[in-house]
Amino acid sequence: MTDITIKITDRDGVLHEIQAPTDMAMNLMEVVRSYELAPEGTIGVCGGMAMCASCQCYVNSNHELPEMSPDEDLMLAEAFYVEDNSRLGCQIQITPELDGLEIELAPES
Amino acid sequence: MIQTDILIIGAGPTGLFTVFEAGLLKLKCHLIDALPQPGGQCSEIYPKKPIYDIPAYPEILAGDLTDKLMEQIKPFEPGFTLGERADTIEKQDDGTFIVTTNRGTKHHAPVVAIAGGLGSFEPRKPPISNIANYEDKGVEYIIRDPEIYRDKKVVIAGGGDSALDWSIFLTDVASEVTLVHRRNEFRGHLDSVEQVQKLKNQGKIHLVTPAEVKEIHGENHVTGVSIVRNKDEKITLDCDHFIPLFGLSPKLGPIADWGLEIEKNAIKVNNALDYQTNIPGIYAIGDVNTYPGKLKLILCGFHEATLMCQSAYQRIFPDKKYVMKYTTVGGVEGFDGSKKEAPKAVVKKIE
Repeated sequence: MTDITIKITDRDGVLHEIQAPTDMAMNLMEVVRSYELAPEGTIGVCGGMAMCASCQCYVNSNHELPEMSPDEDLMLAEAFYVEDNSRLGCQIQITPELDGLEIELAPES
Repeated sequence: MIQTDILIIGAGPTGLFTVFEAGLLKLKCHLIDALPQPGGQCSEIYPKKPIYDIPAYPEILAGDLTDKLMEQIKPFEPGFTLGERADTIEKQDDGTFIVTTNRGTKHHAPVVAIAGGLGSFEPRKPPISNIANYEDKGVEYIIRDPEIYRDKKVVIAGGGDSALDWSIFLTDVASEVTLVHRRNEFRGHLDSVEQVQKLKNQGKIHLVTPAEVKEIHGENHVTGVSIVRNKDEKITLDCDHFIPLFGLSPKLGPIADWGLEIEKNAIKVNNALDYQTNIPGIYAIGDVNTYPGKLKLILCGFHEATLMCQSAYQRIFPDKKYVMKYTTVGGVEGFDGSKKEAPKAVVKKIE
């Protein structure tokens, strides 16, 4: 099993350095949920379909991320608190290339 | 006052299937849901998305699942209070409950089954600091009566179907319609997008993109908004109404104050027995409940609903002994007089 390290700043501004498996077909939203870094019901509401933006996060490191799908792009067009580095966590799969990724959870809306 | 045997809060798949299982036990159901249509998340968030883990359906669209459930429960004539949110619950001296909605509709039942999913769907409110001061004073998140916009200046914000459709509709009602969206692209039906384009060309819809409404102005009522376009161009616009249409998101809401044991935004239940909460007579089934090993799956909700109905039956008829019958053996007798049963085998003698 290969784990990568991800730095996640939660909605209260607390930094968590966590290990995420690359062989479990997990996405970033699921990692946040599995570590309970945001209360249940406030993240991953649609289950990972890019249809609710509750897993919006800001990417603060220079990792090359998977390209944005039209679904994700259009969901972000309707989300709040969107910045240039906004992504939906559910659309980012955990891969070895993302080791050292730094993200911050967007406010709940 | 609406009277029923099992009052179900939430008309998603779990709530709907409860009607069927209750019907087999001759118990009547009534459902309350904050959304204007049944189906819960399946119809509100992802009606066109496929689900692959409904037993015996290799693939079914969420919207079709809702339709099928409605068809299955039709013989049991469920009642619906739609577009209203269950707000308060009062336990009566005889152990029954009265549940009142935000619109004052009262429901009386010996058993309450909360099948509330992630909560009731509430409009998503844009982060404008003083927006709450203008609610019902020119800011509306849901259009209930289009006539209030007659000959008024209206600003709509959003980029989905409801923003597009209401912009189109209101061109015939309001004196001025402005549509504000963060992008130049919209994600509505192609027809709606083209219609808005046409109305824009005719000067009937004033389109402001890529832009966001940042401020609301007015003393006691909305008189205008400030919009920022292209990140730094500030536009101030006179208007009588500001209608942000950014979809809905579920919130546990008033149920959280009913004295139920809540853990991780879900209601704790006894999963060893009957999915009852800490208040006897109130059950929680489907995504809204939690217990060790809980999985938020539709199929788990169906199972929980089935066991819950058995317990509800015992609570309503403590002296009766119920013997479970397979539907193939006992058939399905609707409250509407319909009866479904397995056809009898043809018997014929061979000479």
